[in-house]
Amino acid sequence: MLETLWSNRIQCVAVVLFAVGFSTLLLHRNLFKKIIGLNIMDTATCLMLTSIGFINGRTAPIIVDGVTEAGNYVNPLPAGLVLTGIVVSVSVTAVMLALTVRLYARYHTLDLDEIYMKAKLDRDDAKKEAEE
Amino acid sequence: MKKKTTFKQWLRTWDAGAFDMTEALTEAVAGDPMPKEATEHAWKEKPVEGIEEGEIRIFTRFYPVAAAVLCTVLIGFLLLTVAKLPAFGAADAPAHNEVMQRYVEQGMEETGAVNVVAGVILDYRAFDTLGESHVLFTAATAVTILLMSLGGAVSPVETKLERNIMQKDPLLHSTVRIMVPLVIVYGIYVILNGHLGPGGGFSGGAVIGGGLILYAIAFGFDELDKILNFKVYRRIVLASLCFYSLAKCYSFFCGANHLESIFVPGTPGMIFSAGLILPLNIAVGIVVACTMYGFYSVFTRGRI
Amino acid sequence: MSFFVNLPLFMIVACLICSVACSVVKSRVAHHLSMTLAWLLAAANICVLVMGIQNGKTVTYMMGHFPRPWGNEIQMGILEPLFSAAFSVIMCLTLIGGRKHIIEDIEKDKRNLYFVMVNLIQAALVVLCYSNDIFTGYVFIEICTLASCGILMIRNVGRTTLAAIRYMIFSLIGSGLFLLGVVFLYNITGHLLMPDMKSAIAVLAESGEYRVPLSTSICLITVGLAIKSGMFPFHYWMPDTYGYATPCSSGILSGLVSKGYIFFLLKVIFSVFGAEVFYASGVQNVLYVFGMCGIIMGSIGAIRENDIYRMLAHSSSAQIGYIYLGIGISPAMGVTAALFHILAHAVTKPALFLSASRLVDAAGGSKRFRDLHGAAHAAKLAGVTFTIGAFSMIGIPLTMVFMSKYMLALAALETQHKMVLPLIVLALSTLLNTFYFARTVIRLYNVPKKEFLPAPEFRDQSSFAVSAVASVVLNLTAGIFASPLIGLLERGLEIFGKVG
Repeated sequence: MLETLWSNRIQCVAVVLFAVGFSTLLLHRNLFKKIIGLNIMDTATCLMLTSIGFINGRTAPIIVDGVTEAGNYVNPLPAGLVLTGIVVSVSVTAVMLALTVRLYARYHTLDLDEIYMKAKLDRDDAKKEAEE
Repeated sequence: MKKKTTFKQWLRTWDAGAFDMTEALTEAVAGDPMPKEATEHAWKEKPVEGIEEGEIRIFTRFYPVAAAVLCTVLIGFLLLTVAKLPAFGAADAPAHNEVMQRYVEQGMEETGAVNVVAGVILDYRAFDTLGESHVLFTAATAVTILLMSLGGAVSPVETKLERNIMQKDPLLHSTVRIMVPLVIVYGIYVILNGHLGPGGGFSGGAVIGGGLILYAIAFGFDELDKILNFKVYRRIVLASLCFYSLAKCYSFFCGANHLESIFVPGTPGMIFSAGLILPLNIAVGIVVACTMYGFYSVFTRGRI
Repeated sequence: MSFFVNLPLFMIVACLICSVACSVVKSRVAHHLSMTLAWLLAAANICVLVMGIQNGKTVTYMMGHFPRPWGNEIQMGILEPLFSAAFSVIMCLTLIGGRKHIIEDIEKDKRNLYFVMVNLIQAALVVLCYSNDIFTGYVFIEICTLASCGILMIRNVGRTTLAAIRYMIFSLIGSGLFLLGVVFLYNITGHLLMPDMKSAIAVLAESGEYRVPLSTSICLITVGLAIKSGMFPFHYWMPDTYGYATPCSSGILSGLVSKGYIFFLLKVIFSVFGAEVFYASGVQNVLYVFGMCGIIMGSIGAIRENDIYRMLAHSSSAQIGYIYLGIGISPAMGVTAALFHILAHAVTKPALFLSASRLVDAAGGSKRFRDLHGAAHAAKLAGVTFTIGAFSMIGIPLTMVFMSKYMLALAALETQHKMVLPLIVLALSTLLNTFYFARTVIRLYNVPKKEFLPAPEFRDQSSFAVSAVASVVLNLTAGIFASPLIGLLERGLEIFGKVG
């Protein structure tokens, strides 16, 4: 088992990064760090995919001199999937950052718990207004 | 309690080299899109009442433990999985099967693209990529909804700041004046070369977007607004995405009904070859460039 | 007849083009465009459904010139068009009924962007229903997530932004896990098209090779999609999300988007893992246990709320619990019950949200029960709709939820080890549901404490009336004449994921 772990070391790094990003995204209270965690997680998935596509001793899947033998090139499909992963990651990061900017503008903190507390007060204020 | 900083104070801090951009951005954003009820609350003015310190503190203490436990469990679980996966770089792994073989061996003949990855994402698995370009569109729209100031009014602070940067840096000016054309030409090359070598719409579009952003940083938005304002931006994105959807619809329809498509692979290696891949790369490149620039523009000044 | 095979492709492209077009037109035009699109989708789906019933098998449709293991495909049997049609009908009813609030809650400049997002959600739902490729599913799940976040935070108050970021965090965790699961699965099977993955997985399960990665990916994919749809321990975003968004968005999110993820999960279970492999892995027990916890916790949460929208949101998380309980019980009857419950909840919840919004309007904008006393006298139609919806949620006979609870109980009785607990939970949850819904309805018909606002203009009233009456009729019809629908679901489930 250790032998396989060593030969799959790139994938090990990928899953460790994934776990780090995952716990940061889930548990960290600072919104920016959450977004950093999200990016670590997505990048780790991309690393995982890239490492799947690699085959020892072969080159990038761009046909050179009309040689189309499958034994010469690495797997092109994971590269395409990584591209999708990157695009999705960029989009999601942009939306998260925009949400963070809006929350910071309103509550002047990046700490999610503090924001939540303030929002609760916010709601109570709204209630009071409704009562009056 | 925090004092409200005025624009002049900002400039002074900026001169002193300790300018916090985040503050400027959020202030600029806070100025416009918030409805009245939001600004009335004005949290920075009030001390935060009613937050039970204990509640937060408990979680602060609990957080590192929880994170460490979760992280360790997940790592253990996933490492166990990785240990059982096919070996890295082995040619006989299940992923390297007949699918990959056909992509590599017949990809050039069937799609006309020398770059097999371009053939895969824009012809074999084009439906994914169709979705992917709409993910970008969705994100751009979501960011616009979030940060768009009402009526497109530019906050005066932001404009002056931009001008200030612009006036201050002759070095930036001359560098950008040389760099931007090169960057954009390189981006166009990457897009047009997508089916012939490394590159494609996504990477080329990102390069062009970077060039536009660089230009906007150096010279402000005024110049760029003449050619790429919100109206133009929307129309360009509309045209590219509609072209993409319709072209792919035609191609899917032909493929599924076993009809000959009018887009033929052509001679691999020529610039006008690979059927739809070149036009699709161009459309994707335009969408990506516009979206990247749009993100920057919306984040800095609240509109495109 | 063979032309109908092309319809799903046209539906997807039409949704995408409409969504892009909505970003340049006026908001009124965009609204009409979206509603027309929803009706067209419903009609087209019904054509495909008729074709599916006549064919009696799941057929695939190449998206391009290349056949299965190489190119993208979509598949259509009976369940796919049925659910897609149901989703588009409900989408249209929600858009009609929520018209007033869309206009009130959203600034004029951004209103057309709302419909951009709605159309993207429609596109994503169609693809999640028809997809035959797990990675396409992932891409459109992301579109669905971003667009849901869009329709949620477009209402410009602070709480919605907070709700949106919590929603996004949970959704992203879910999609991260899902993607990692897909990557593992690709690594051990080498395919991304569902039928090929299924045959590869069947071989792997037979030989016992890559047993650990296979179980891991089953776990990751199931848990990822369960988190996205709001299964019990991860339902905390729901009350905020549904409580503060514009009612139309709450309806779409609770009635359609989370159901879309669940349908895709079912699709992955049946056409990627295969029911045997999935139910041998033991992951269904996780769904079973958390489903039951979700039912109880959601009901308790609803009892503790004093805000009508948040009560409905807690009730939604309980309903998600029923669906997962059904999936956890057994692959045949349990899943049929779960499918029926997806439809039942999708029909009922948006109507509840919309009628609640009318009642809140009548009470002068306060969402708290205290101020809603007697609101049903001021907004009569909304009161009746809410009452029928509440009866349906409790599970009074003649309504859809009654049928699905009955089927869940039957499915539980069929099993050996999962018989007693589900029955107890069903009984308990019915009691709890009765408690909080009856309490609400009684409050609504109580003697009013104060003067209510006059009824809204006729135009607004008529658009809501159409939507309310249609959803009530749908609910009662499908509840009374449930057997053809159940028969259809059973037939559909037989051929679900069996491409041939």
